[in-house]
Amino acid sequence: MFMLEKAVVGSRKYWLWILALAVVIGLGKLAYLHQLRTGLGVTGLSRDVSWGLYIAQFTFLVGVAASAVMVVLPYYLHDFKVFAKITILGEFLAISAVTMCMLFVFVDMGQPTRVLNVLLHPTPNSIMFWDFVSLGGYLLLNAVIALVTLSSERQGVAPPAWIKPVILLSIPWAISIHTVTAFLYSGLPGRSLWLTAILAPRFLAAAFSAGPALLILLCLAIRKLTRFDPGKEPIQKLALIVTYAMLINVFFVAMEFFTAFYSQLPEHLEHFHYLLAGLEGSATLVPWMWVSMILALISLPLLIVPKARRNEKVLAATCGVVFVSLWIDKGLILIVGGFVPSPLGAVTAYTPTLPEVAITLAIWAVGALMITVFYKIALSVREGLAAA
Amino acid sequence: MRDRGIILAGLAVFLGLITFPAWYNLARGATSKGPELKLPATEKQCVAPTLYMRRSHMELLVNWREQVVREGNRTYRTPDGRIYPVSLTGACLVRCHIVKADFCDRCHSYAAVKGPYCWDCHVDPKLVRRNAP
Amino acid sequence: MKITRTGFFRLTGLATLAQAGRKLRAAAAPKRWAMVVDAQKCLRDRGCTKCLQACHRAHNVPQFRERNHQIAWIWKEPFERAFPSQRSAYTAETFKDKPVLVLCNHCDNPPCVRVCPTRATWKRADGLVMMDWHRCIGCRYCVAACPYGSRSFNWVDPRPRIAELNADFPTRTQGVVEKCTFCEERLARGQAPACVEACPDKALVFGNLADPASEVRKLLRGRYSIRRKPELGTQPQVFYIV
Repeated sequence: MFMLEKAVVGSRKYWLWILALAVVIGLGKLAYLHQLRTGLGVTGLSRDVSWGLYIAQFTFLVGVAASAVMVVLPYYLHDFKVFAKITILGEFLAISAVTMCMLFVFVDMGQPTRVLNVLLHPTPNSIMFWDFVSLGGYLLLNAVIALVTLSSERQGVAPPAWIKPVILLSIPWAISIHTVTAFLYSGLPGRSLWLTAILAPRFLAAAFSAGPALLILLCLAIRKLTRFDPGKEPIQKLALIVTYAMLINVFFVAMEFFTAFYSQLPEHLEHFHYLLAGLEGSATLVPWMWVSMILALISLPLLIVPKARRNEKVLAATCGVVFVSLWIDKGLILIVGGFVPSPLGAVTAYTPTLPEVAITLAIWAVGALMITVFYKIALSVREGLAAA
Repeated sequence: MRDRGIILAGLAVFLGLITFPAWYNLARGATSKGPELKLPATEKQCVAPTLYMRRSHMELLVNWREQVVREGNRTYRTPDGRIYPVSLTGACLVRCHIVKADFCDRCHSYAAVKGPYCWDCHVDPKLVRRNAP
Repeated sequence: MKITRTGFFRLTGLATLAQAGRKLRAAAAPKRWAMVVDAQKCLRDRGCTKCLQACHRAHNVPQFRERNHQIAWIWKEPFERAFPSQRSAYTAETFKDKPVLVLCNHCDNPPCVRVCPTRATWKRADGLVMMDWHRCIGCRYCVAACPYGSRSFNWVDPRPRIAELNADFPTRTQGVVEKCTFCEERLARGQAPACVEACPDKALVFGNLADPASEVRKLLRGRYSIRRKPELGTQPQVFYIV
């Protein structure tokens, strides 16, 4: 039923890749066992900066997961046939990304064996409760959609009628998962960097740039590694989505800068000072902030100018630049930056430790493994159909 | 049946191995008597009937926990009217089962109960010199 | 004195009823626990840490040298850090850079309670913001939500860092968040919080805001008081007389 047999047949390169991922995952697992035994003190987190790399990855990846809606909406809602062949790729990306999100939250918990308390003692006033619900629901939705559509494609029949409303449900649900994640931050009265109404729109704009950018890179990789060619047009349409989303994202960030710097409110300014120039001699995030901003500005002309966008080699580099810039911005900058200075004005530096990085890489490897297996299945099915 | 001897010999060895636990313990004189509990010297009645406590003391303790922590109710009244403060370390281990190793741990180690993580936080009063209140 | 059987029962019956009535009235009367910190009195002995020691000893709060893993239920902050909206180059000498006691404010509108996904922290009817260390999953959302930095997380096993275990109170494990609980266990015994009792200058006053005759109400009626970050709408229940 899950067509897993398609994933255990592969070339030498395929198995070397799987092996490499397995090694990274294994090392991360050892690091996590160490963290379980000793406590989250093995990370670089502190009393002042109580969320770091793990939650940063979670925040970024919820955006990537939500971005599947950028291919699903045009195809299923507006019959945009160009995306016909790549919606499955978007859905599989969503499943892998959501799984990574849940893993990142899990490894960040102090008492992970008690995680079910969130369901045993549901608390509707807590946004974290709704985050659990929305992420779990999104995973389920996309798993069902991907399974049903791929099975139908394999059997050469149209998917059953009941899947259409499920797919349509996934569209607002995708928007909601990232809005809820933004609400985790934007409703806290004591954290001025996050206490802004534009946080959720900003999250969505960044998601719809980074997600499709990653999807473009994956499509280009598939074209190189397999016999499946997604085609030039879907990639170009995705690139157009990245362009507009990135423009809106940069605009939103500029809005944040204006409000902070023109109002001169200390609570807002302090965070920007820390990020742009450092505070009290602590400047850990400054290089990251500038790199992220410069990369974002570099990406804009490369995206806007049609000649650059249509050149797939340049486009690949641009997508990489967009992805890295937003990964830094939404991850490190936003999450860690929100904690410095602390409510008592303390400036505490945060640097992830080796176990923290090992666990993070391992979870990324889990996501990469899932994408590899899913795409292998989907593309083998398509190759089988093409051969027949 | 040329191999009858070998087959029978093999069967005998197998039977011997598989019944090893039984005859080894018989030879050693080990019994399944179970753990030996040191009962409290003075108090003869527990907060609840012995049969219930043997089966469900975990349930009672969890109910006590919820009662104290979430409701702030620190008094427990047994059906026959005795009143106890709701506290494992402040009642059970002080009035009756003074030495945890003589009572609680006996059954727990016999049954290989690794579990009660209560002791990760709650302090066995015997281990600490009690400061004057 | 001679008393008939009837008379005896009448007497004891009435006495019991009166006692029950008093108890019922006390129980039914709402309680709003609050604390008043007389910053002027507290500043008389700058080096005094009796309240911090009493609290941390009574509650098995571990002592960490590493600043990153520090756990504190009550501690001192410089005036400008405790009251950042009052920052100025011309702050009165009494307060400029002087240490002020800070602790959980047991807010009436607590953001930490709003965000907890399991109700491991909740607001009790008598005003205490409580902690349930059995239910806490260690997500640290409450730590992010608290605008005062009052909460601490157990990054590692705290037991090795506790100098003298107090058997009357549990420790916590690694992986849960902790904070001042207004000595809920002492309140249940009718005692004042440990810090209040330990203060040699009686700078800490604890009482029931719902009782107009309580000492806290009298103090607040007569003296000017401020609270930390009142503009956030959290309604802190720790008042500072400056």
